[in-house]
Amino acid sequence: MVVSQPSFRQARWDEPIIFELGAPGRRGHIPPRPEPEVVEAVGPIEDLLPEELVRKEPPRLPEMSEPEVVRHFVRLSQMNYCPDVGLYPLGSCTMKYNPKICDLVASTDQVRWAHPYQDERTVQGLLAILYELKKWLAEITGTHEVSLLPAAGAHGEFLGCLIIRAYHKRKGQLVERREMIVPDSAHGTNPASAAMAGFKVITIPSGPDGCVDVEALKAAVSKRTAGLMLTNPNTLGIFESKIKEIAEIIHDAGGLLYYDGANLNAILGKSRPGDMGFDIVHINIHKTFGTPHGGGGPGSGPIGVVEELEPFLPVPRIEYDGERYCLNWDKPLAVAKIRAFLGNVAVLVRAYAYILALGPEGLKEAAEVSVLNSNYLLKKLASLEGIEVPYGPDRPRKHEFVVSLKPLERSTGVRALNVAKRLLDHGYHAPTIYFPPIVDEAFMVEPTESFGVEDLDGFAEAMRAILEEARAEPEKVLKAPYNTAVGRVDEVRASHPKTMVLSWRMLKEREGLSRA
Amino acid sequence: MWCRVLRLTPAHPYIPNSAESSKRKLVDFLGISDPEELYSDVPEVVKLDRPLEVLGPLPEQEILKRIKEKLSSVKTALDMPVFLGAGCWPHYVPAVVDFILARTEFYTSYTPYQPEISQGMLQALWEYQSMVCELTGMEVTNCSMYDWASALGEAARMAVRITGRKRVLVPKIIHPERLEVLKAYTEPAGITVEQVPYEPETGQMDLEALKARMGSDVAAVYVENPSYLGFIETRVKAIGEIAHDRGALYVVGVDPISLGILEAPGNYGADIVVGEGQPLGNHMNFGGPLLGILACRAERRFIWQMPGRIIGLTVDSEGRKAFCMALQAREQHIRRERASSNICTNEALCAVAAAVYLALLGPKGLRELCETIIYRSHYAMKRLNELPGVKAPLFKAPHFKEFVVNYNGTGLTAKAIHEGLLKAGIHGGKLLAGEFPELGQSALYCITELHTKEDIDRLAEALRGLLER
Ligand SMILES: Cc1ncc(COP(=O)(O)O)c(C=O)c1O
Repeated sequence: MVVSQPSFRQARWDEPIIFELGAPGRRGHIPPRPEPEVVEAVGPIEDLLPEELVRKEPPRLPEMSEPEVVRHFVRLSQMNYCPDVGLYPLGSCTMKYNPKICDLVASTDQVRWAHPYQDERTVQGLLAILYELKKWLAEITGTHEVSLLPAAGAHGEFLGCLIIRAYHKRKGQLVERREMIVPDSAHGTNPASAAMAGFKVITIPSGPDGCVDVEALKAAVSKRTAGLMLTNPNTLGIFESKIKEIAEIIHDAGGLLYYDGANLNAILGKSRPGDMGFDIVHINIHKTFGTPHGGGGPGSGPIGVVEELEPFLPVPRIEYDGERYCLNWDKPLAVAKIRAFLGNVAVLVRAYAYILALGPEGLKEAAEVSVLNSNYLLKKLASLEGIEVPYGPDRPRKHEFVVSLKPLERSTGVRALNVAKRLLDHGYHAPTIYFPPIVDEAFMVEPTESFGVEDLDGFAEAMRAILEEARAEPEKVLKAPYNTAVGRVDEVRASHPKTMVLSWRMLKEREGLSRA
Repeated sequence: MWCRVLRLTPAHPYIPNSAESSKRKLVDFLGISDPEELYSDVPEVVKLDRPLEVLGPLPEQEILKRIKEKLSSVKTALDMPVFLGAGCWPHYVPAVVDFILARTEFYTSYTPYQPEISQGMLQALWEYQSMVCELTGMEVTNCSMYDWASALGEAARMAVRITGRKRVLVPKIIHPERLEVLKAYTEPAGITVEQVPYEPETGQMDLEALKARMGSDVAAVYVENPSYLGFIETRVKAIGEIAHDRGALYVVGVDPISLGILEAPGNYGADIVVGEGQPLGNHMNFGGPLLGILACRAERRFIWQMPGRIIGLTVDSEGRKAFCMALQAREQHIRRERASSNICTNEALCAVAAAVYLALLGPKGLRELCETIIYRSHYAMKRLNELPGVKAPLFKAPHFKEFVVNYNGTGLTAKAIHEGLLKAGIHGGKLLAGEFPELGQSALYCITELHTKEDIDRLAEALRGLLER
């Protein structure tokens, strides 16, 4: 049987490590020298610093000319896949298109050059943008007040957990209320954030429908319950229809409900976490509001809270008296800050522009099309041999869906990981794999609204070809990828104590050892 | 019902399938008549039955106009000399840095979960890690934390996990926001943070006071070099020895720019180094994004307690050099509530900026930059100190780029001087009265390579004008 071969080819530069480039004496950037009068007035620099604190040896940084630096990093960039070249259906990460106008406004001088401690009178326009943005985010999430401080979703979770702590402490119940309930389908950051904030994590199993098992939840709550962390739609892409009942169970037990905003894209303008009964909501700006993921960050993770929790939000608060914007540092119940300054402003300004570009209709349209795209692709994949749809194919999914490649693995030995690698050869980024942990051989697909029907068809066709290939020539799939900058990477070696090399310094030390 | 689908014209530019013809294909294939059917499992009570009250949609040029209008009144360091630092510093960003960061392959991609197709980001981040190690004298760095403050919080938790002890000693002179963040990160874990007093004349950590607080329950001793108030902590070696004598770890906080000339903390005993990487090629951006540095020695008990992503060098199936994320078993997606940290999305692109920046400057450029900063900051101290009633620097100690200016002898408050300078088109330093009342009428000034002699002279003259009034 002939299996169609992928035609994608990624750049494959045999690019040296930067320390191997350049030559002694080369310069890539020359900083200004002090004025002669300054030097004269100040005297020799040796007299200004204690000798024992002056570096004996300069740092071993590369010595490169400007064009060499540019070529090095441009070559590296060519060995990096991104959503501006094709589908990047990394489930739970919302790899949507990043509008270029948003980057343009974020790179204006008034954003780049503003210092966070400038006198408020000199930065009114920036405060105005941040103020307006936080009002919109409150409206979109159905919350009362928003803090823009957290740098990412997990950072927002941590802040939210600190607020839950502060709330119970204020009620004199912190000693008892030590337990945070987290479903087994939750993202790893949820239990990790709760634990960092000092809570004991109680994991509850999902029900047969993939949703929170209400009976299990009832059994788990007690007067020790501090709260529940949940995302809706959940990590299977299924809407938790019993959300009102869930909220009631938690609230009746005296706990608070935390919303993990990773999946907000599905419900923009359709439904609001605040209306579902959530007390604290984080927003992954870099997911839902189209800001670039930066190869891992920076993102931004504002949180919104209900009115009762407003006093606990950290300072400074951006306020407006009808005439002037100001920063209010005087909030006696505020929890401690979790980072310096106001937040990832350059990211937030992009989100402001993004909301303006879409408006209420556009946001809703983004949600609906992300859900349409997801269900379309699910239906296409569900018909392929080797794929199973856990928790039933009949319920509509939202912006993402999870399939299992267990049947394929059983019949061919080819695993989700291998199919993911083979997808790279077809010029697609792989979906998220092995998450959520409750699905075997999980393949979590989030196409987002940014791709057209032909992209979805192309992806489905690539999947069909790969599954066919897995049956005809499993070896071929097991050894994938072939068309990427490098072949299958040895991740075990990277982490093994005997072979790990985490820096140039370690590499040189290793080489020295092996020579000796 | 069909008409609701057809209503959406024109299609939105960001959403290919919002075009009627495309949407019809999807809807037909799914056998539904309206996308709304896909929300049939959302209970009516939680459905939003009105449009969101947000502005838009606006045509692109209107967005630009609206934002430009709002920003038009904003005055920054480009419009007036601004002498602010305090954890977010104005430094020149070479054009190459912004050019590389604008490569869409870098900035629109995400965490390199699939290393084979993400070698570019992985190598750039590994090179960042390597350069930070060269600067700090450490062997291992993660590929970014949110900022210095949160990196300090994580470092304290890390030290507590490594030592099994629960007290952390930090200097009295520390950025108040950083101290607050440290407490936010440590308080839930039952860690106590205690401040060690300083010598009033010099600002230096009081070593006797430190010794008095040491004990076998101290997990870490933390110092900053240069300190928050700009002076150099000269007895860093001795402080490290005091920490190590009692089995505590030694954590040092740095402004990485200063390491072009100052000794690497690894050479005076540091076990963990934290710091703010923003000055390395990242714009101030009104305080964010920043770049948290966290580095440590290559000991197993350290490495396995590191928070955040770490990139490793390895090989591919053909034996070629390749990179991937290493030691993921520490992280939240595997270890969940027992993870070393909850961090997931980090500040990777800022780390790439730092790598590009350090490659451009090289050892000589960085050294020269430090020299320029030191010359200019000392020139500024000299000029200001000549003014009647003004003391600069307040502390008798060597300084790097920041210093405290004390106005006690002028008869004016720091606030009044700030107002006067602002009227003269100059933004003075950060007022310190709220945070360090014992320093009287003081402000923290910052001088970098961006502040020319002319800027400094202007500041001195404007201040003289205020004093003579
Ligand atoms: C479901 C879910 N929750 C939380 C997070 C954490 O968000 P962040 O990476 O912005 O910290 C993620 C993302 O990566 C996620 O997918």
